[in-house]
Amino acid sequence: MKSNLFFPVMLFILVLTAAFSMTLGKYPLTLNDIGGFFLFKIFGAGSMEPERYQLLRSLLIDIRLPRIIAAILIGASLAVAGTSFQAMFVNPLVSPSLLGVLAGASFGAALGMVFSKSWVAVQLLTFCFGFVAVLISVGIARMHKGNTILLLVLGGVISGALFTSLLSIIKYIADPFNQLPAIVQWLMGGLSFVDRKVLLTAGIPQLVSIVLITFFSGYLNALSMGDEEARALGIPVEKIRMFLIFLATLMSALTVVLAGIIGWVGLIIPHAARMIVGPDNKVLVPASAFIGAIYLVVVDDVSRMLFNVEIPIGITTSLIGIPFFAIILRKAKKGWN
Amino acid sequence: MELKTLIKADRVSFAYSRKTVLNNISFTIAEGEVVTLLGPNGCGKSTLIKVMLGLLSPLSGRIIFNGENIAHMSPKYLAREIAYVPQIHKSSFPYTVMDVVLMGRIPHKTFFFSYSKNDMNIAVDALERLSILHLANRAYTEISGGERQLTLIARALAQGAKTFIMDEPASGLDYGNQLRLLDQIVKLSREGYTFIKSTHSPEHALWVADRAIMIKNGAVVADGACDNVISDENLFHLYNARVSVLKLNGSLRVCVPRTICGCMELTGSPQTNAFHDLAGIPEDKMKKNIKASHHGRISEKDESGVFSNKRPDG
Repeated sequence: MKSNLFFPVMLFILVLTAAFSMTLGKYPLTLNDIGGFFLFKIFGAGSMEPERYQLLRSLLIDIRLPRIIAAILIGASLAVAGTSFQAMFVNPLVSPSLLGVLAGASFGAALGMVFSKSWVAVQLLTFCFGFVAVLISVGIARMHKGNTILLLVLGGVISGALFTSLLSIIKYIADPFNQLPAIVQWLMGGLSFVDRKVLLTAGIPQLVSIVLITFFSGYLNALSMGDEEARALGIPVEKIRMFLIFLATLMSALTVVLAGIIGWVGLIIPHAARMIVGPDNKVLVPASAFIGAIYLVVVDDVSRMLFNVEIPIGITTSLIGIPFFAIILRKAKKGWN
Repeated sequence: MELKTLIKADRVSFAYSRKTVLNNISFTIAEGEVVTLLGPNGCGKSTLIKVMLGLLSPLSGRIIFNGENIAHMSPKYLAREIAYVPQIHKSSFPYTVMDVVLMGRIPHKTFFFSYSKNDMNIAVDALERLSILHLANRAYTEISGGERQLTLIARALAQGAKTFIMDEPASGLDYGNQLRLLDQIVKLSREGYTFIKSTHSPEHALWVADRAIMIKNGAVVADGACDNVISDENLFHLYNARVSVLKLNGSLRVCVPRTICGCMELTGSPQTNAFHDLAGIPEDKMKKNIKASHHGRISEKDESGVFSNKRPDG
């Protein structure tokens, strides 16, 4: 595919997927209904009965649109965070959870659910502990001299294990009738948690991070050749890496704030994107963003529509991601040894 | 010789925690020189290279490039002056050769960047100079070791630096590719590039370098023109290996292990006539002899087979 056509095509597919997803739900709509509604709302074109307008408004603007926008942002964020981690840790097998951000955020959320009544507190704790976990990983890596990449990975293992254990403690002491189910459901992820106000606060930093990482993507190629080479190519490796880790952590922690833990997206989407556009991060990063966004919108549709009850999206992404990963392993391993 | 001093190592010392690796190393390198660092495994060659590239900060002393301490130069500025050509490696991601060469343009880019037409032209030009333009769209992970090494040199060219620092560039290359690598070094040095490379093969130094710096236990033990420095005694001192440095026709020299030389009675006298003879044998006769040794004795007594050249038609 011509690269100058690729992104317009991706954008078109994304818009199409989003529009189609708007039609899906307990109250089915057609693309015509949706088009008519938005024409009326934005341009005042055509006419619409006030009751129908109210119904469509609450369905589309209050329920479906935020959900789809959240899916787009989360899918893109996880995919971009995953792509940048894979390049900067010189390993196509790592995912955004490498430095413990998801473990930390899970613990923060559970902590909030058990000890606080306020949903805002839960979200704040989720976000903060995502960062705390990554800071611990980085701190452990900084304590020792040597191969920074390896130390960061080990720091991530330690930090992740720490917060997983702490999460177990919270689960153990949580009230098994109300709190525990809420925690468990949160850990399985779900876009039904999304609310509009949070979407606005979380969405902007996520978008900014995606754009910034796209700007830095030329450095990612050099970083993936190893620290020494990158530095010899004139890149202030430590500074850039810490900045990218900060952005990736910000994005990933916010996905948990929005919709709980959604696994596998950050691992498989970069692979899928690499198979389509090749390994050059300048193209790969934005391509991952689009493919991740489209993927999560579709998977959310599947989660909503497949059965009468909604399946937590974290389960769907895993069930789709695992076999996909097993299949692409064969193709992807070419570049590893 | 009134050559401009390019790099000066001024009493450089370095240690990993408590282990001293470089001990008070000083030397100067002139513009356009090809300098080889020789020394046994673990002598500090690689560390010295990293210090010269600014990847490691010396414990004491300084590296001065063009009159300026590299510790005070930004990585970006340094990268425009000095290019690092690492040992061949496999990338974890199958970048195209072009992508890899384009990385050399990073030091010329501003904070947020994409590659311009000019960068592309420079990269294509670099590939052309090394005659590997046909590889441009191949995956770096799928080309041969020799081709990867040439790609890394092309990247250094694209970087626009005039000084190349190479860490054992020949390691991992087969014999033919080693020779082609040396050819490229000779070619580029004639164009005015300065080379500092480490190697495990004194012959490579004899063939392409102007100068050799010998390092043992983190200190310079010999420094000078290759023909003077690479001697039987120095190589014995450096590697604890008994070697004869023999002079061929003209000024070319080769190293031959004494155990193999033994049968040629070369002891102590590097400039024996044996190799003058060898060099003087017409090519067809050489071939014949090689053939003979192929048919005949290729066992543990092979040494004598190799040197059957000594007795032409014998």
